[in-house]
Amino acid sequence: MIAGMFAQLGVPTDAPFAVPEVAWSALTPLLILIVGALALLVVTALVPRTLPVGFFTVTTVAVAAGAAVASLGSWDRVTDPDRGPYMAVAGAITLDGFSVLVTALLAITVVLVALLADGYLRREGLGAAEFSVLVLLSASGGVMMALANDLIVMFLGLEVLSIALYVLAGFQGDRRESQESAMKYFLLGAFASAFLLYGIALVYGATGSTNLGEIAGFLARDVPSEQGLLLGGMAMLIVGFGFKIGVVPFQSWVPDVYQGAPTPVTAFMASGVKVAGFAALLRVIVSALSVQAQDWRPVMWVLAMLTLVVGPAMAIVQTDVKRMLAYSSISHAGFILIGVQAASDRGTAGALFYLFAYSFMALGAFGVVSLVARQGDVGVDLDRFRGLSKRRPGLALVFAVFLLGQTGVPLTSGFMAKFSVIGAAVASESYALAMVAMLTSVVGAFAYLRVIVAMYLGDDEEMAEEGTRRVQIPAAAGLALGLALAVTVTLGVLPSTVLDAARDAVPARLSPSR
Amino acid sequence: MSVDYSWYLFLGAALFTIGAYGLLIRRNPLVMFMCIELMLNAVNLTFVTFSRMLNDIGGQVVVFFVLVVAAAEVVVGLGILVSILRRRPSATVDDISALKG
Repeated sequence: MIAGMFAQLGVPTDAPFAVPEVAWSALTPLLILIVGALALLVVTALVPRTLPVGFFTVTTVAVAAGAAVASLGSWDRVTDPDRGPYMAVAGAITLDGFSVLVTALLAITVVLVALLADGYLRREGLGAAEFSVLVLLSASGGVMMALANDLIVMFLGLEVLSIALYVLAGFQGDRRESQESAMKYFLLGAFASAFLLYGIALVYGATGSTNLGEIAGFLARDVPSEQGLLLGGMAMLIVGFGFKIGVVPFQSWVPDVYQGAPTPVTAFMASGVKVAGFAALLRVIVSALSVQAQDWRPVMWVLAMLTLVVGPAMAIVQTDVKRMLAYSSISHAGFILIGVQAASDRGTAGALFYLFAYSFMALGAFGVVSLVARQGDVGVDLDRFRGLSKRRPGLALVFAVFLLGQTGVPLTSGFMAKFSVIGAAVASESYALAMVAMLTSVVGAFAYLRVIVAMYLGDDEEMAEEGTRRVQIPAAAGLALGLALAVTVTLGVLPSTVLDAARDAVPARLSPSR
Repeated sequence: MSVDYSWYLFLGAALFTIGAYGLLIRRNPLVMFMCIELMLNAVNLTFVTFSRMLNDIGGQVVVFFVLVVAAAEVVVGLGILVSILRRRPSATVDDISALKG
């Protein structure tokens, strides 16, 4: 009966079943993350006593750093002009400069998140085992998205990333805000996934393949007989990705989820998850559907414009610093969209550099917020930061640098990042967008400067009377903040290494049928 | 007697719309989960239809992946719901509104 079904579908039944060759070496970073997470899970289950938090921090850092090193190890191979990018697992994944760089960035964000979470988990008394495993698995989903050369692989990566994050958002099960964050993230995330999947189905119907290389090849050769299917599919894909990366008008969940989730998880959402989401958007829309650029560029233009205006406008009215940073994360998504909208290699490189720079600033800023908060992740409104420079001058200075970096002050990575995307927009003749971007970064600066003013000029007496304890800085979190600070300043002064890498990391379009 | 392929596509689109609309207007989380399932299965129907139209088995393989993902998703969703219901006797999504601004 099955043979009959295959015959009906036109599959030759007497042909030997061809097992695709799996190039394990190409999958090394992904395997390190997944095997690391599963091994951690098994060890935790088998060891009779509760292992200390430090063990999980060290293991997570080691696994993620291993994945980053393994990924960067193939950089020379894929950027070598003679050998170049290649595909593996029957064309389902691509190894090119883009996937290597994004994988490494994701793994590095996991390192910093694990370091930030160390002190946080101790303070809140949460299970470090589950946290480490979920963060590693979530990152493995992100890596899958970065590697994917097939829409289905990309969807699976997105789901692995998201499902682990739904749990992480609700990790503080006895805190109402955390539960609410998880519920909202779950409902909106599943909604977005369904849209994305419908978009994949329509693109499949229009082009006859879910493989990105074959889709690009098909569109370069001929016009789909049902152009409406393709346009509808593209629109659905943009809605799905738009939800995931939190651009206006699909941003409604971002402030609530970011505010309610445990702060290290929020830091991961703002860095790693954004990186993975934008990587997928760049590979699918900008690279594979580049032939249709005249159709999707206006849409991206409108989304970028809305995001650039709404993000900062909402950020300046917030009194809760964590929520303010959530809105600021929306406005940064707008800046990255400028690079996407440029629809050029320069725009892609700019967006990639922006993601690199913003990840570290976001990790640092949310890291500081997690340290300043009291137990239970409460008390992160502006008043709590008043006079921080007198209580903790070092922490206040570090926070000020991250905030100034997000504003786009020269000599920080934020300036170079904004410069590179706006430069790409001007090169693609999107002058209006470039103008608006510069104007709204001034508006956004007000939100950041308000926090800095409160830290340096605010009166500390009120806090002293309350008798609140001094802000504690655990060694691991201090290390994470130091690393993020070093990257933020280094990229501002000497950006050329990462800028060159981002330029070499344009997604390759490879098709298995060639 | 064979039915034209486009009917299946229209049915898929209709089911997807009903699911999306239901998710937006219903307030009971369980019904909202069902709406998500409806949307995903509408996509499955669309995939199978395209698979037959294109004479390509890839579209049918996708359905298995989607089924697994949908199951995993609903498990996590129910887990979150249970953890919320443990603290309060009943919950519609309107009760979950501590975060705003």
